Amino acid sequence: MSTNYDDRDSGFGLEREYERAGMGGRGPRRMQRRKICRFCIDKVDLIDFKDVKLLQSYVPERGKILPRRISGVCAAHQRMLAEAIKRARNIALLPYAAD
Amino acid sequence: MAEKRSYEVVFIVDPDAADDEVMRLSENFQKIVTDQGGTIAKTEMMGRRQLAYEINHKREGSYILLEVAGSGAEIAELERRMRVNDRVLRYMTIRVDDARQRADKLKARRARKAARRPASGKRKQADADTEFEGQTA
Repeated sequence: MSTNYDDRDSGFGLEREYERAGMGGRGPRRMQRRKICRFCIDKVDLIDFKDVKLLQSYVPERGKILPRRISGVCAAHQRMLAEAIKRARNIALLPYAAD
Repeated sequence: MAEKRSYEVVFIVDPDAADDEVMRLSENFQKIVTDQGGTIAKTEMMGRRQLAYEINHKREGSYILLEVAGSGAEIAELERRMRVNDRVLRYMTIRVDDARQRADKLKARRARKAARRPASGKRKQADADTEFEGQTA
């Protein structure tokens, strides 16, 4: 049962890290702490496409947008984030694809 | 079109252009906007930085940001000029007034909620959600 769980998530390097961070330590079934939206905590209403540092933390090496199932960003903020990342790509602040 | 709109225009200037040439270019563009009846709310030289990918075989460029308020006609003219100018590697215009309005609205709503919460004994949905999480496993 638990392996099933693992299989679905594997193949994405970042997932590993997140899982480790959220491990409850009890039994083979890992307790994954619910990640909460960073933007909601910080009460962000607007995500600026010029804020490259921030955006970069949601763009892994390959240049793809980090899915919210991994980052834990809420839907509303993920929409804003995706828009901002796409704008940043347009103006060469972020890559469309790395190598 | 009487309503005022605000835009952010970012453009990238060729890295081979000297600093004063970049300045001149920026001033030129600002003049175009004011001539067309728009106003410049802000200009920011974001400086020279590495491009994330090659544009016209250039690996870096000078970024300049203009904040323009106006009807939209000046943006059309500005974009036309930038398209023609081969010192400009890339430009992008974004309308920002609606997004800002929405942000203000969200802020206001949050303030309202915060003011109401202590009175009503109801708990915030988010709090309840996070509490549940620990027991699922």
